[in-house]
Amino acid sequence: MVALAQQVQHATAGASLEVDNISHHFAIEDRRLDVLDKVSFRAAPGEFVALLGPSGCGKSTLLRLVAGLEPPAAGSLKEDGIAIAGPDPSRVVVFQDPTLFPWRTVRDNVALGPEAQGGLKAKRARIDEVLALVGLSSFAKALPHQLSGGMAQRVALARALVNDPRILILDEPLGKLDSLTRLTMQSELVSLWQRAGFTTLLVTHDVEEALFLANRVIVFSDRPAQVKADLPVDKPYPRHRGDPDLAELRRQILGLLGLDATW
Amino acid sequence: MPTSSASRAATFDETGPTETSPAQAVSRLPVSGWGIAASASWLGVTAVSLARDDVGDWSRTATFAYGAAVVALAAFVVSLAGARLGQAGTWFAHRTPWLIVLGLGLALWELVTAKLGWLPLPFFPPPQALLEVYLDDFGKLGASVLASVKLQISGYAIGAVIGFLTGVSIGWSRSAGYWVHPVLRFIGPLPATAWLPVAFFLFPSSWSASIFLIALATAFPVTVLTWSGVASVPSSYYDVARTLGATPWFLIRKVAVPAAMPHMFVGLFMGLGASFAVLVVAEMMGVKAGLGWYLQWAQGWAAYANMYAALIVMSLLCSGAITLLFKVRDRLLSWQKGVVKW
Ligand SMILES: Nc1ncnc2c1ncn2[C@@H]1O[C@H](COP(=O)(O)OP(=O)(O)OP(=O)(O)O)[C@@H](O)[C@H]1O
Ligand SMILES: [Mg+2]
Repeated sequence: MVALAQQVQHATAGASLEVDNISHHFAIEDRRLDVLDKVSFRAAPGEFVALLGPSGCGKSTLLRLVAGLEPPAAGSLKEDGIAIAGPDPSRVVVFQDPTLFPWRTVRDNVALGPEAQGGLKAKRARIDEVLALVGLSSFAKALPHQLSGGMAQRVALARALVNDPRILILDEPLGKLDSLTRLTMQSELVSLWQRAGFTTLLVTHDVEEALFLANRVIVFSDRPAQVKADLPVDKPYPRHRGDPDLAELRRQILGLLGLDATW
Repeated sequence: MPTSSASRAATFDETGPTETSPAQAVSRLPVSGWGIAASASWLGVTAVSLARDDVGDWSRTATFAYGAAVVALAAFVVSLAGARLGQAGTWFAHRTPWLIVLGLGLALWELVTAKLGWLPLPFFPPPQALLEVYLDDFGKLGASVLASVKLQISGYAIGAVIGFLTGVSIGWSRSAGYWVHPVLRFIGPLPATAWLPVAFFLFPSSWSASIFLIALATAFPVTVLTWSGVASVPSSYYDVARTLGATPWFLIRKVAVPAAMPHMFVGLFMGLGASFAVLVVAEMMGVKAGLGWYLQWAQGWAAYANMYAALIVMSLLCSGAITLLFKVRDRLLSWQKGVVKW
């Protein structure tokens, strides 16, 4: 557990997350749609947990609950042992869709968190730093409609990072990037996470991405989502994409996702 | 209501092809032929005005003729200077075709009224009669303009602010919507002018009554459009801001209002149009000042030249107000793609 050893020194940065027996449902035209069914898992401080599951199974819904945007129908959520009662900048979400505010420049979009929390002045330097980190310093004054999809997604990432969250919640943040940028950003994400030490919850469709990034991979069943498997990925960083152990894990996960026949 | 407002919103957001005037196509010539033509057409106005004696008795014929000559000279000089004028030259070049048509129109008007007397008086005065109004009745006309502008600005500002606040409240708060929405539905569609008789005895002065009417006419569309704008803000915007630590007050000020701004401006435009109508009626019926009243007065004395003169001023003012609003909008909504130029 090389990665976990590293996290010890960042114990203050990352928060632990407890997801305990969470169930959730939506009402669609008087019909009840069960989305999450008694989902439980824990993330240690500074751990990188990837969530995999079929489309529409309830991954984004789970992230919304962890973010505190909605209360769960049943079960409890705790950050560092304290019940999650609502949104808090210590748990920042990068949504599936970048959702930049079109009337704000790139820089002002990134500055949204500090501005909302009333600490804009103190964060000036940090904003520039984060913009440089995602490679968009020269686009600080651009408007969202002038960006490509991948650039917008990077702005969304910067907007989250600038808050120095304790839990970073990522909903397919690299989904819109081209494969090359995607690989670069994956490596960036790893080094960023190693440096900052926040706990990360990453939803992705890409099994290889999950295995390249995470300490643990949690596989969900079809809707209503249940935890189908909780697999540790005991490999040091930086990881090698062609690693035979990872290939074996990948085969196993694809099997869990019902793709064994074709792979 | 939001659906019909949305379709109106669309008319303000369409992008048309960018204009190029016929004159710009040939502006590569050393001396603009179009500029010379414009100069000639205005010289034509002078020529027609001086060609023969007037049919009626008009005191400003000579002033009119020389005024047209000055325009002709200016057009000539500018077209000679041509490219050296830079931005101003382009501005002029773009408008020369209109200048030509305007000159021709004035010459024709002059011909069929003052020179040939083909059109019946007093309904169709010659152009110099309007010039006479501007020069000799300047005091009264100017005072009327001031009175109208003051009334319009006061009423419109009050209406816009009230409409904005009401729209944001009912778009944001369910309980505000519960109480205000029925009132809005009951009162809003009523033309503001229908309140005229009531307003004039309820309010201490006809001035305050007029302000109320103008504000009412403005507030309704502004409220409805602001409301629909706030209501149609995607909830994902709020989610993003909330996870970043936004307070409800921050959400209103920094998310709901800017996101609703494009809708709001459609409301402001509709309100401006509606308020002009109310302004004129209120001035005609109650306030003994302003351009509406001036029109009424001119009609009473069969002073048709005064009426046309006032109409021209009024149209310039209304158009100016719209232009100003467009400028403000273009500034505030510059983040949008493809905003229409007025
Ligand atoms: N606000 C809502 N109201 C009603 N139903 C909803 C709502 N949000 C999500 N759902 C439903 O819940 C289910 C799970 O949605 P969710 O967005 O969590 O899926 P997901 O696992 O993130 O899928 P994907 O991988 O495609 O993003 C879907 O069937 C969706 O229709
Ligand atoms: Mg999702």
